Amino acid sequence: MTVIAFSDVRIRYPRAARDAIAGVSFAAERGVVTAVTGPNGSGKSTLVRALLRRVPLAGGRLLLDDVPLSTLPPRAVARRIAVVPQREDPLFPLAVREYIALGRFPHSRAWQGERRADAAQIAAASDRAGVQDLLRRHTDELSGGEWQRVRIARALAQGGEALVLDEPTTFLDVAHEMAVFELVAELAREGMTVLLITHQLNLVARFAARVVLLHVGTVAAAGTPAEVMTGPILERVYEWPLVVGRDPAVGAPMLIPLRARPHHSPYHSPLSSPRQ
Amino acid sequence: MHTRFWIGALVALVGAAILGIALGPVGLSPAQLWSAVAGHADPAIRGIVRTVRVPRVALALLVGAGLGMSGAAMQGTLRNALAEPYLLGVSGGAAVGAVIAVALHGSTAVVVPIAAFAGSAVAAGLVLGTARVAGAGVMGGGRADGRLLLMAGVVVGAFANAAIMVAFAVAPPDTVRGALWWMMGSVDAGDWSRVAWLGLYVAAGGAALLLWARDIDALALGEEAAAALGVDVEGASRRTYLGAALLAAATVAAAGLVGFVGLIVPHIVRAAGIRRHRTLVAGGAVVGGALVVAADVIARTIHPPAELPLGAVTALVGVPFFLIQLRRIAVSE
Repeated sequence: MTVIAFSDVRIRYPRAARDAIAGVSFAAERGVVTAVTGPNGSGKSTLVRALLRRVPLAGGRLLLDDVPLSTLPPRAVARRIAVVPQREDPLFPLAVREYIALGRFPHSRAWQGERRADAAQIAAASDRAGVQDLLRRHTDELSGGEWQRVRIARALAQGGEALVLDEPTTFLDVAHEMAVFELVAELAREGMTVLLITHQLNLVARFAARVVLLHVGTVAAAGTPAEVMTGPILERVYEWPLVVGRDPAVGAPMLIPLRARPHHSPYHSPLSSPRQ
Repeated sequence: MHTRFWIGALVALVGAAILGIALGPVGLSPAQLWSAVAGHADPAIRGIVRTVRVPRVALALLVGAGLGMSGAAMQGTLRNALAEPYLLGVSGGAAVGAVIAVALHGSTAVVVPIAAFAGSAVAAGLVLGTARVAGAGVMGGGRADGRLLLMAGVVVGAFANAAIMVAFAVAPPDTVRGALWWMMGSVDAGDWSRVAWLGLYVAAGGAALLLWARDIDALALGEEAAAALGVDVEGASRRTYLGAALLAAATVAAAGLVGFVGLIVPHIVRAAGIRRHRTLVAGGAVVGGALVVAADVIARTIHPPAELPLGAVTALVGVPFFLIQLRRIAVSE
């Protein structure tokens, strides 16, 4: 069953020469990880901004269980879709417990304090993201990996059925990156809809059921990792010589970008003679 | 939660208020003070306490509370540790209004506060309007986010200051002096009617900011994070900015410009580890009230019978205190 669907979505920033998103359609379904990937500037984060209604749609529709998102109040959407934006920098550091508790914002009324159900959800989310030991620290005392997990805990505290993460593993080392992907995959297995925006093609290949590859605001390819991650498609989209091999451990497609030719000129198409 | 902060802040407030009622040209002993409060002092002392000292202290308390709450709300909404109502056009607009009123009417107690409030409201409206128009050009959606509000506020404030300088250059000296005095801030015109209307205003404005404090918590994380939590970012930013600006404008109308309170009070409260804006706004009211009441005591007792300008004293008292606290502020922020 479909949860979040983009239907022929078009977005253009004011004074931009072209659409940032030019007719993108795909759906993120329940119980699987759907990954959106593509080169810098391909429009990945614009899709997240559209979900957050930070940019107006020039055309098409964004649907949540077949209901147009624009007809739903923002708080009602936040109760169902939790988004971890790419950037977030609290001006004044909060205690981690306080920060995670903000995830309950869409559920509580103006004068309502923290209810027992809120506390339970906060505790469960902290457990889930593995941040129980950090609750008494402050947000400015965390390492990059801890901060990302705390942000995911805040999103889980929202308690929705869908989770959208925008580049959650930038700046993370291998172990922390894998931990985030494992967590996300586990949440999907339990029935959550996960929409993951990421550059990490090799991890996408191993964790995502479906991949949407964006290229200058359009869908260059969509399908399973094996269908999308082929040499010709990726070389065309990334405009860089590469080979696609097999991950020796699990057999997933594995991207290996190649070195540019010696004395490579930026005016010379890298596609003309990829070096092995 | 934060018990030590609340005890300290309330003790400071009550202590400053007692000093404010006891000290003055006629000093009152604790016994006289008590009998005046209990109602069996001699009529002269009772008169001093009830019609002069208490309303003055109450007015100072309300001015400080309003500015403290306003500053706490603005810093969170605009995500800027230097944001405060005076920086963002409120004081400039009020001063322009007051100068115009003084120039046209002479210095009258009734017209100046109204003109000052109107000037502040116009400035706040200009800030919102400018930010909205500018934002519409950028995103096509009528945005008025924190950065745009901040820039528009600083620029409108600078424009107002320039307008005042021009007015001073061309106005007759008496006019200048009257307006200048008013701009230095004072609560010596404190009477019960002024206390009553400012009290109503501070109660209503403070209640609104406390109600919106949850939105401010989310806005303080950044606009995308706030949107992810289901906050209407533009609407909430505009609302809280306007509420905070009008609250500060009311204090300006009641007591002129009492600088620095909106800037430092939120930092003092945060140094106690308070981050959620409902507590921060409430704490700002208590600390701001204590600060202005204490500053007024100093302003009128340090060099009698002359009174120092209240706005100068809040800065003279506030800066050392702020510097002493700076280490704690640096650690906690």
